[in-house]
Amino acid sequence: MEALQKKAKALLENGTVKVVIGFAAGTDAQTARPLFARTPEQAGKLIWGESCKQNLATYLLKPEVKALGKAAVVGRVTTARTVMQYAAENQIADDAAVLLIVSDDGQITELAKFADLEVYLAKVPRGLPAEAQKEIERLQAMPIEQRWAFWSAEMSRCIKCYACRAACPMCYCARCITDVNQPQWIPVATDPLGNLEWNIVRAMHLAGRCVDCGSCSDACPQGIRLDLLNRVLAQEVLTSFGGEAGYSTRKEYALSTFKPDDKEEFIR
Amino acid sequence: MSETRILQKKSLGELFAKLTAAGQRLLAPVKEGELLNFAEVKSPEQVALDYIQTRSSAKLAAFPPYEPLLRYKFNGKDVEQQPAEPDKRPTVLFGAHPCDAASFATLKAVFTWDSPDAQFETRLANLTIIGLACTKADAYCFCTSVGGSPGDTRGSDMLLTPLDAERFLVEVLTPKGQAVVAAAPQLFTPAGNETKDKVLAKVAPRFSADKLKEKLPAAFGNNAVWVEQSLRCLGCGACAFVCPTCSCFDIQDERNREGGTRLRCWDSCGFSLFTLHASGHNPRHVQSERWRQRVMHKFSYQPERLGVLGCVGCGRCSRTCPVDMNLAEHAQALAEMKA
Amino acid sequence: MADYEPKVIAFVCNWCTYAGADLTGTSRIKYAPNIRMVRLPCTGRIDFMLLLQAFGQGADGVIVSGCHPGDCHYTAGNFHARRRWIVFRRLLDFMGIDLRRVYFSWVSAAEGAKWAELVNNVVADVRKLGPYDTFPKRLSGQIRPLEVA
Repeated sequence: MEALQKKAKALLENGTVKVVIGFAAGTDAQTARPLFARTPEQAGKLIWGESCKQNLATYLLKPEVKALGKAAVVGRVTTARTVMQYAAENQIADDAAVLLIVSDDGQITELAKFADLEVYLAKVPRGLPAEAQKEIERLQAMPIEQRWAFWSAEMSRCIKCYACRAACPMCYCARCITDVNQPQWIPVATDPLGNLEWNIVRAMHLAGRCVDCGSCSDACPQGIRLDLLNRVLAQEVLTSFGGEAGYSTRKEYALSTFKPDDKEEFIR
Repeated sequence: MSETRILQKKSLGELFAKLTAAGQRLLAPVKEGELLNFAEVKSPEQVALDYIQTRSSAKLAAFPPYEPLLRYKFNGKDVEQQPAEPDKRPTVLFGAHPCDAASFATLKAVFTWDSPDAQFETRLANLTIIGLACTKADAYCFCTSVGGSPGDTRGSDMLLTPLDAERFLVEVLTPKGQAVVAAAPQLFTPAGNETKDKVLAKVAPRFSADKLKEKLPAAFGNNAVWVEQSLRCLGCGACAFVCPTCSCFDIQDERNREGGTRLRCWDSCGFSLFTLHASGHNPRHVQSERWRQRVMHKFSYQPERLGVLGCVGCGRCSRTCPVDMNLAEHAQALAEMKA
Repeated sequence: MADYEPKVIAFVCNWCTYAGADLTGTSRIKYAPNIRMVRLPCTGRIDFMLLLQAFGQGADGVIVSGCHPGDCHYTAGNFHARRRWIVFRRLLDFMGIDLRRVYFSWVSAAEGAKWAELVNNVVADVRKLGPYDTFPKRLSGQIRPLEVA
């Protein structure tokens, strides 16, 4: 933590950035809250740990935060992947932000240019977190009725608050499909079909774009494992098309490209 | 009117059975995975009795996440309409804390201030609230800053205070509360001089809602404060949905070419497009203005216009918030702001 | 269910499958009357949500059909559709939605006989599976009137 605070203070003092976006202590010991440190003194409040969950890269697209000036963002590998995916989707300019990536062993890597991000990300271990992988396998092994019972129960808890959408850095559409009301594609009511449709459409719109940060299910007030939906599709896109979000600036969105020999044994 | 009785915890099964036999639907806090939420129950084993707070509030007893308002059928150029039957099911809300019990007064003020609301009023008229006083609280609770307290009787028809592992002190507060006693009189034994103060949780007030109400009109134009407080807000809407006093709603039609149903669904002022006009203009186009609206509405506009506070201090918004927007903290900062 | 007749919705592209189904008709080939056709310009236009709409309004099975790869009237629409379906099927299956009720096919404008055979096979399969009762239904607007809670 001290190393992080020192780095942040230095970046502010020498004017490299106007704000360091990190975490400070929250209401209780299990909670952290995003901090927008604009002075070295404020940077002294930075913490890091398991309670620091929300993917902070999402603030790089928020108008009030952009107004503060050039930012440094504290995060994990998934935060770096987020910025890389933003680059691939033309949402951020090169060198527009500084990343302070804290690895599991506490090492801090400072990255700014996309080229440096690509080099760094090429070396990190890939794959889903172990817990998510196990849970996906556990569900996939169930008979289909049991899987449906599990997801029906998860969907029944959904209150359509869209916290998942707000927390997700890749959900940045100015007008989300749920906001379109001519026609109202996604029902507003929390009936079983409406909840199912919302979660399916969000998973599909993130297929090939999800950077595996888990902020969606962290934010869900009802503790729904919707992160598994996004992770399963990230796996599918990788297996079927070789695409993986957030490792390069190449514009390679899986669902707007194709190969003539994409597999099709299920098509009659 | 307030009489006291004693109710044994082990009598709850019989009480539930008697209430169910009398035609009552029972809503109570139930464990759903790691969380507690209000749901229909049949027996007290399903009920969580020793909890600080549920995830979602009890407002669904009178204002559910979605409900039909009217149904319609197209008949050539005409539309045949039929108002949806209001939900008359007699319901007992069991085990809601005093904050939740007090929230119905705010909801009632909103839903009935200018015109009758059949859906809401029917549900409320058929609702009996058996509250559960709080013996513990956490860092998020702030009922005492907004006119409430862990043993507050406002809004409850009957308030239970757990005196020990076996007994509740029962305060019978309204005719509906008396009807509960009448359903199983043998279960409610006379009380001695037991009082609840010794067992109640202690929640120190953090700010004065009155002081805050005075400060807010002048604070409206202080843009920097609202921006600073809401920098981390993601605009997700979770706070409004779990809040017991939030009542904003969206009207939606579920229909096909033959007809459909008009629904009222929960909405949140935190959503970016909440105030988007058909013209494309959005008077609250940045999150700081939406945050300001939330605070002003709860602590200034509602008290001013309806005579009720828009907050009961349950702390759910802060507990649920993915980025720890602590309403009590923000309110305290505003109340203490130099003019 | 003695009187259960499967309802199958077919989302088809205008240039190939719809024309192929037209040919089935002009060739006087009889096939199961249980399908309702929805014509779209191209399979590339078929949003995956349309399939959920069909099930939500009471469909027991869904067919999605278009031009063979390489023959798309808009050059590449069906290639994009194919990718979309690969991903969508994975999601449906993972959530426990019955993939045996969702059929994808390439049927060209010349394949009138193939269309009839496909529909007959699909309807027979869906009949064996029974009505898709476990799929949540639209709050209002059903193909088959249902009790809405």
